[in-house]
Amino acid sequence: MSEVLVLVDSNSLVDGKVSKPTLELLTIARRLGEPSAVVVGDASAFAETLAAYGAEKIYTVDDADVTPYLVAPKATVLAQLVEKTSPAAVLIPSGGEGKEIAGRLAVKLDSGLITDAVDVQAGPDGGAGPVATQSVFAGSYTVQSKVTKGTPIITVKPNSAAPEQAAGAGAVEEFAATVPESAKTATITASEPRAASGRPELTEAAIVVSGGRGTGGNFEAVEGFADSIGAAVGASRAAVDSGWMPHAFQVGQTGKTVSPQLYVANGISGAIQHRAGMQTSKTIVAVNKDDEAPIFELVDFGVVGDLQTVLPAATAEITQRKG
Amino acid sequence: MNIVVCVKYVPDSTADRRFESDNTVDRVGVDGLLSELDEYAVEQALQLKEKLGDDSTLTVLTVGPDGATDAVRKALQMGADKGVHVADEAIAGSCALSTSLVLAEALKKTGFDLVVCGMASTDGSMGVIPSMLAERLDVPAATLGSSVELDGETLRIRRDGDAATETIEATLPLVCSVTDQSGEARYPSFKGIMAAKKKPLETWSLADLGVDAELVGLSAASSVVEATEARPPRTAGQVVPDEDGSGAHALVEFLASKKFI
Repeated sequence: MSEVLVLVDSNSLVDGKVSKPTLELLTIARRLGEPSAVVVGDASAFAETLAAYGAEKIYTVDDADVTPYLVAPKATVLAQLVEKTSPAAVLIPSGGEGKEIAGRLAVKLDSGLITDAVDVQAGPDGGAGPVATQSVFAGSYTVQSKVTKGTPIITVKPNSAAPEQAAGAGAVEEFAATVPESAKTATITASEPRAASGRPELTEAAIVVSGGRGTGGNFEAVEGFADSIGAAVGASRAAVDSGWMPHAFQVGQTGKTVSPQLYVANGISGAIQHRAGMQTSKTIVAVNKDDEAPIFELVDFGVVGDLQTVLPAATAEITQRKG
Repeated sequence: MNIVVCVKYVPDSTADRRFESDNTVDRVGVDGLLSELDEYAVEQALQLKEKLGDDSTLTVLTVGPDGATDAVRKALQMGADKGVHVADEAIAGSCALSTSLVLAEALKKTGFDLVVCGMASTDGSMGVIPSMLAERLDVPAATLGSSVELDGETLRIRRDGDAATETIEATLPLVCSVTDQSGEARYPSFKGIMAAKKKPLETWSLADLGVDAELVGLSAASSVVEATEARPPRTAGQVVPDEDGSGAHALVEFLASKKFI
């Protein structure tokens, strides 16, 4: 059976833990072949978890030539691994960096790529290559795509599979990649880590509570409500553009796409740009003063009212119920 | 300095976008326009040119169907100096890999010190073209900038990543891309609209670029869409008014009924 390369997101290797999206990729990789995790840097703290979720091999790459630079060296490393292993597919976490790595890799390998897959399955007959499902046009269409040239390169969104344990051999192998100087031309000269919020990661959370223009810049009620139900906090573009929340919290076309079990939109009108980021959520709830806000066309349940009074009251009732 | 902005003509995202019977995007039956996310690229390129204050030229480049000239013209109205539209029937249905090939060859023909792109298109939303161009042209890529500044031959961007905010530096010539956080794009002024009518706008074919038509288009696509399905519209649920605090209680009851509490 062919190997399937899974790039382990560098962001996911923090505090000795492997992130959920990486475990999802390993789970998906097992449908297509034998998962091989690719780790930039030292894998010793993570090897056990990667193996527990099915990694047969774990390739580690010296990070000195990779980490100080923007994506180009990572694409170089992957291209060399593809030449060595002739994998059935390369799976990369979707996101700004992952998609750029995939783009460069596609050119290097002259291979097709599919971005932002929400599901990947082995094709019929097995040999026909993987079939990827994408949600497009602001979530209004679902399409199924296939790579028809070279090694399939697929970037996969978080929450695209339920991580399943399956013991793999987890054999660690150092891979000596050659990173040419031409890949070291965009240098990261400063990096300021984002402060941890203590809340679930936006794209991975089962519940997301967002605030928009209607918060008037005061997110206290939104955050309090989110904490009462263990939710991640998100924001609309209007709230981010107003400087009320950092861009990392933006849900929508140019921010994060979320697909949680429950999405609660507060003071968000529901413009197409926002719907693009949340309309595949399982259950949608909205609180908005304007009973004609387009968001109400999407909701399973809505309250026409002021979020600054509705949310604190709801938070208090939930806290009371929990006892 | 020779600055080139790459833009895309896309179906209006507020219109009813759809697919053709061959599973390619309907780019004719739906009103098209300059991708909103590329307006930010035009804006940043204009600001860089204005700060240079010299004889730098700003060229706007697109690859697309006949109507794509509209996208170029909008950028000219905003202030770009000249336009190039690569149009060729053979290009229809091209994948990102082929599109990047055509764009890269066009950039070789225009020449460039700095290529500015938007963060992604509003239709395909792949966001891979800037890095593909850098790879093909063998120049650095400084991507997803929420701010951009030029310091002599060094371009510096601020990049708001998921885990950190980074500063990226690279030396010209290079490709950069900017996000919608980089600053509101200007509206064309009346003067700009009038001036744009006299600005040069060239149309190039694949032959002009020396690109083999066999390498592009749907038949050469490296990935294909096999099936498309419109998502069933969500059926509107229950919406209740908040009267004397009843809204909060109703909300909690709903969440409890769905076992979220």
